[in-house]
Amino acid sequence: MLEINNLHARVEDKEILRGINLTVKAGEVHAIMGENGSGKSTLAGVLAGRDAYEVTEGEVRFDGKNLLELDPEERAREGIFLAFQYPVEIPGVSNTYFLKAAVNAIRKHRGLPEYDAREFLKLVKEKMKLIHMNEDLLKRPVNEGFSGGEKKRNEIFQMAVLDPRLAILDETDSGLDIDALKAVADGVNALRSPDRAIIVITHYQRLLNYIVPDRVHVLMRGRIVKSGGKELALELEERGYKWLEDSVREPQSV
Amino acid sequence: MAEVLERQNTYLAAFERLERELAAAGTPALHRLRKAAAARFAELGFPGPRDEEWRFTPLAPLARIPFEPAPHDRVGDSCSFRIPSVPKGVIVCRLSEAMHKHAALIEPHLARYADWKKHPFVALNTAFMCEGVFVYVPRGTVLEAPLFLDFHAGRDDDGRVWYHRSLVLLGENSQVTLVENYSGPMACTYFSNAVTEIVVGPGAMVDHYKLQREGDRAFHLAVMQVQIGRAANFSSHAVTQGGQWVRNEINAVFEDEGGECILNGLYQASGEQLVDNHTLIDHAHPHCASHELYKGILDGKAHGVFNGKIYVRQDAQKTDAKQTNQTLLLSDDATINTKPQLEIYADDVKCTHGATVGQLDAEAMFYLRSRGVGLAEARNLLIYAFANDILRRIQVASVREELERSLLQAHHLPAIDAGEEDV
Ligand SMILES: Nc1ncnc2c1ncn2[C@@H]1O[C@H](COP(=O)(O)OP(=O)(O)OP(=O)(O)O)[C@@H](O)[C@H]1O
Ligand SMILES: [Mg+2]
Repeated sequence: MLEINNLHARVEDKEILRGINLTVKAGEVHAIMGENGSGKSTLAGVLAGRDAYEVTEGEVRFDGKNLLELDPEERAREGIFLAFQYPVEIPGVSNTYFLKAAVNAIRKHRGLPEYDAREFLKLVKEKMKLIHMNEDLLKRPVNEGFSGGEKKRNEIFQMAVLDPRLAILDETDSGLDIDALKAVADGVNALRSPDRAIIVITHYQRLLNYIVPDRVHVLMRGRIVKSGGKELALELEERGYKWLEDSVREPQSV
Repeated sequence: MAEVLERQNTYLAAFERLERELAAAGTPALHRLRKAAAARFAELGFPGPRDEEWRFTPLAPLARIPFEPAPHDRVGDSCSFRIPSVPKGVIVCRLSEAMHKHAALIEPHLARYADWKKHPFVALNTAFMCEGVFVYVPRGTVLEAPLFLDFHAGRDDDGRVWYHRSLVLLGENSQVTLVENYSGPMACTYFSNAVTEIVVGPGAMVDHYKLQREGDRAFHLAVMQVQIGRAANFSSHAVTQGGQWVRNEINAVFEDEGGECILNGLYQASGEQLVDNHTLIDHAHPHCASHELYKGILDGKAHGVFNGKIYVRQDAQKTDAKQTNQTLLLSDDATINTKPQLEIYADDVKCTHGATVGQLDAEAMFYLRSRGVGLAEARNLLIYAFANDILRRIQVASVREELERSLLQAHHLPAIDAGEEDV
């Protein structure tokens, strides 16, 4: 489903991704771990189409299509969803109004009729239950004044409503209490299916108890330096990242 | 310069011509006031290029046109009011009528607050004052339904100036919601010069809305003068959309302790529109609070001016004043001159101000687009959101919903589903 080959990306003069290779097949859940600043959010941003980054080398294919050619909204309509590490507040637009615009843009792209108020409400109610989302949050302006946990839950709620094929969760578990963590995991697990894939970026093994990954990757200074099964997350939890340093040592120091 | 002088003379000549007809409206005392104001205008003249109050607001476009007052028999046509029912003791009538019927009530107030001795356009308005609306709400009376005041120019008003004059008096602990509506035809060059004086008695509450939707060639200059009594509450929302040349002034004075004043505004301009908002809040007494939020959306070659003065007098301790001006510039050619002007002479006060000028937030754009919302729609949604931050504060549902609807429509956005959401 997703194929990343030798991906290099930079911000201004700083190279952040330095040759990422990663293949994610439909039905799989991949976890990406790594130190602060190693490039995890950058990778997620490049996949979703954030334009602060310049891709200097490599390619990304999504269902065979050249992903990097598409605008962010086209990627979303093709089925990519990014749950933001820092969800954005948009005062003045209600959560539901915003979501309806998004759902209908995606449906239009897929050649489906747009939802009317009643159909949309039905969908929203159903997903609200799944994520245990408070109705009050739906009526409020997008993320405005939401607590950290409420924002994260709102990301997962949006994911559930938008029904993506590839979901990328950027530290959705950080700052969540245990109930919220379970709600998020429920939402993600409900999405798991043979024709969907999920990439979970996290610092904590804890989330992976609920969302059991097929593969775990370690990102270090812009490269994936180690990949393994779900045991790798446990090993990282115990040993940290230092022991992997050797694998990224450069022939010449920068 | 010669042109400006000549124009002053146009206005003065009109005054001389109309004097006799004007004198017929109201008492001799009122007419003496008109004459004094006309004489004052002759002395003051139009504001000069060095006048700090007019620094960023070009007067030449206005001075170029020899506006003539509307014929006297037409003066009543331009304003009207709507109210479902008038409770006992409340007066809502034309100013011309009040000048005859309620002279004793209006004379102590009319032209006592809006400073015609300093402000040339207030002087002009005072010289020609005759028509507008008079509202009197006696002590303890609450008007539940909003009172709509409509001021509109007609198709044949090209080249004319309207002097609308309104006076609103609120007795102790009374309440009123006022909606002033200004409108006019497109492609018609008229000048709407409006002065509204509002006296908010002790403990009284005024919820004021001004919707300015003049025609695209209109000149609009409005001065609102508000006197806020002890523990009284004045709230204003001004939405400015129309006109080619617009200047709004609001002066609010706390006349006693414990008052509260909210001034919110939204201005949207494009093409070559000029929109100037000057506000002044005078904390002349202790323990008063003022909150001000003005938001502007400027596109094309539009020019915005915001000047927010806050005076905190020496004994106005425990003043709480907050002022914010946010402007969205949608094109490279749009400009804004924004200037907070805080003069604080008391020491135990809380005063803040902030001005931001910018484009649409890139991160918010990406957030919307990452959810599948297209570039143009995302942009429109953010513009809507920016403006709606003011509209959602409007308490009169019919006004709020109509403005929201037209804002959504103007930005090609779907309507909000009824009953589904409150935001
Ligand atoms: N817009 C930007 N301008 C400058 N530097 C940037 C920008 N975006 C990212 N970086 C830098 O790129 C590096 C990688 O950042 P990124 O956000 O991808 O890290 P991360 O792995 O997600 O870290 P964390 O675990 O803290 O979220 C960091 O050093 C960061 O400072
Ligand atoms: Mg990150």
